Amino acid sequence: MPLQVAGEILSIKKVGAYQAVTVIAPGIPELTRPGHFLAVQVGGPESSMLLRRAFAIYDVKDRGVYGGTVEFVFSVHGKGTAWLSQRRAGDKLDVVGPLGKPFRLPKSAVNVTLVGGGYGTAPLLPLAAALRERGCRVDIVLGAGGSDRLFGLLDAKRMADSVAVTTDDGSSGTRGRVSDVLPAVLDKSQADVVYACGPMAMLRAVSDIAAARGIPCQVAVEESMACGIGVCMTCVLPVVGEDGLTRMVRSCVEGPVFLGDRVRWDDVGTVPADAVGAPRA
Amino acid sequence: MTDMSTTLAGVTFPNPVFTASGCAAAGRELDQFFDVTQIGGVVTKSIMLNARSGRATPRMAETPSGMLNSIGLQGPGIEEFLTKDLAWLEKRGARAVVSIAGGSVEDYALLAQKLRGHKAVSMVEVNISCPNVEDRGQVFACDPRASSNVVDAVRRNTTPGIPVFAKLSPDVTDITTIARACVDAGADGLSVINTLLGMVIDTTTMRPALAGLTGGLSGPAIRPVAVRFVWQVHQALPHVPILGMGGIRTGLDALEFVLAGASAVSVGTTVFGDPTAPVRVLAELQQALEQRGIARLADAVGLAHRPPETYVPERPDPVGDELVSTDVFEEHS
Ligand SMILES: Cc1cc2nc3c(=O)[nH]c(=O)nc-3n(C[C@H](O)[C@H](O)[C@H](O)COP(=O)(O)O)c2cc1C
Ligand code: FES
Repeated sequence: MPLQVAGEILSIKKVGAYQAVTVIAPGIPELTRPGHFLAVQVGGPESSMLLRRAFAIYDVKDRGVYGGTVEFVFSVHGKGTAWLSQRRAGDKLDVVGPLGKPFRLPKSAVNVTLVGGGYGTAPLLPLAAALRERGCRVDIVLGAGGSDRLFGLLDAKRMADSVAVTTDDGSSGTRGRVSDVLPAVLDKSQADVVYACGPMAMLRAVSDIAAARGIPCQVAVEESMACGIGVCMTCVLPVVGEDGLTRMVRSCVEGPVFLGDRVRWDDVGTVPADAVGAPRA
Repeated sequence: MTDMSTTLAGVTFPNPVFTASGCAAAGRELDQFFDVTQIGGVVTKSIMLNARSGRATPRMAETPSGMLNSIGLQGPGIEEFLTKDLAWLEKRGARAVVSIAGGSVEDYALLAQKLRGHKAVSMVEVNISCPNVEDRGQVFACDPRASSNVVDAVRRNTTPGIPVFAKLSPDVTDITTIARACVDAGADGLSVINTLLGMVIDTTTMRPALAGLTGGLSGPAIRPVAVRFVWQVHQALPHVPILGMGGIRTGLDALEFVLAGASAVSVGTTVFGDPTAPVRVLAELQQALEQRGIARLADAVGLAHRPPETYVPERPDPVGDELVSTDVFEEHS
């Protein structure tokens, strides 16, 4: 059950090309699991920007001097994130969370590969910690445009059995995409499960690779969201249900985590003709 | 304590703040943030006869103090709505205002029949901003005859005593013509307004931002337009109750609608940024009425329409030489 909290920024710091914000938001940490997200008000209470911005939750601390804190990572894309980037410690920040369905964890100690693109790595790091606690083998693949956009490399190295890095410009690791190195990582680690978070194109490539090997794969998608709480229907994508039928489902409440082989990647951005309730030609 | 109750066509609600259709689903998600039984009622997302996938994405663009949406009435269809959504509202004890949408007069009639006799339904809102498949996709709300036919069909198939409100589109030349047509056909009240048609061009892709090209504009950006429509409809039909909406964000915004002639208001887009907005708006509206010494919400409805107070000049002008304000003067000439 999500909370709306009039929070206060504890810290905001630059991390490579990104910024990480920690907000004092009592009540939210206790409820948060890896994969949950936050919806953050931007521009203040009189803002002309009405819609919240959604960010995957990175770190939470439910104890401490300040009460609970919750941390997320972002990069400046538009006016909302530009406003956010100018906040300072002590500023108010209204947050709603935790939202969405988190990653489901394996019951036993299996071999797990995590694939993060850009700041999409943020929710995978607490996931890695949770998986380690269960005794899983954890291998991590990180990809980004350049080395300043690789998030969480040090944490990844600290927690994982192996870390593979790719960058588009070759400034770190292998030049190329995560999909170039993922098959070798899966084979070497004998992965039983794959988790991924990052841009849609990456999630699709990871899902395809996992599906080809018959490895179950969970992906956290990033759709454009107006409300984040399930009331507006703007955040839909075509997903195949357990009954085999495709529906336009809300990524904010039924996701953001989906099984990779359930998402109709080819049809994202459209309404497939065989979707439930699709217009008849 | 101001009496916040409001009576809409014979049905009394404890207070005048409702959700807006399409901005609150069927209340269940918002109930996590506030007790949905505490507001006047939950106006549910317009439901159609059959399941509907809605439009392709992107369905949304943010605009200054507003947003554009093109959802395309995605929904599960009336049967699943009855067994899941309405059943939940009933169990929860919330007052449900069920919004219905169709592609033909018959669709609307069938939808009204499905709702007939259902205990949880406090009111029916007829979304007539839909294309009429039997008239080359012409939107019902833009044509007085088509609007009238839909309202008549719904009224005849709805439980007597349950108010039927027609929801008007602002994208018309003269809203009062449509309003009259709806009332003459049996509408017990009017919901004013639906979204305004708009477009955003993405300057990066240099294409329209929405997959559906155009979308409905909502939020505070449209508020003065909505207040003007409420004013005009109330002036033309002073005895017809109005559910006013369009950009309400605060209690004072809601008060504007009430003063213009609305007996109740819907809070729509604001909920996306502030999920507890309906209860906050309610508290702020009550406080605003109290501060103005208004004992009953009902006394404030349409209050902005009263003639301007006569200007009483200070001496030395002799009695009998009073000036009247120019507005009053014009009315007399
Ligand atoms: C995302 C979205 C979906 C909507 N869906 C419906 C709908 O299904 N039926 C309807 O009658 N109005 C619908 N509306 C219009 C609202 O009910 C309301 O009339 C309008 O948005 C103006 O109020 P607001 O500015 O407070 O949102 C929708 C509005 C939005 C923003
Ligand atoms: S963002 Fe509103 S329903 Fe998902």
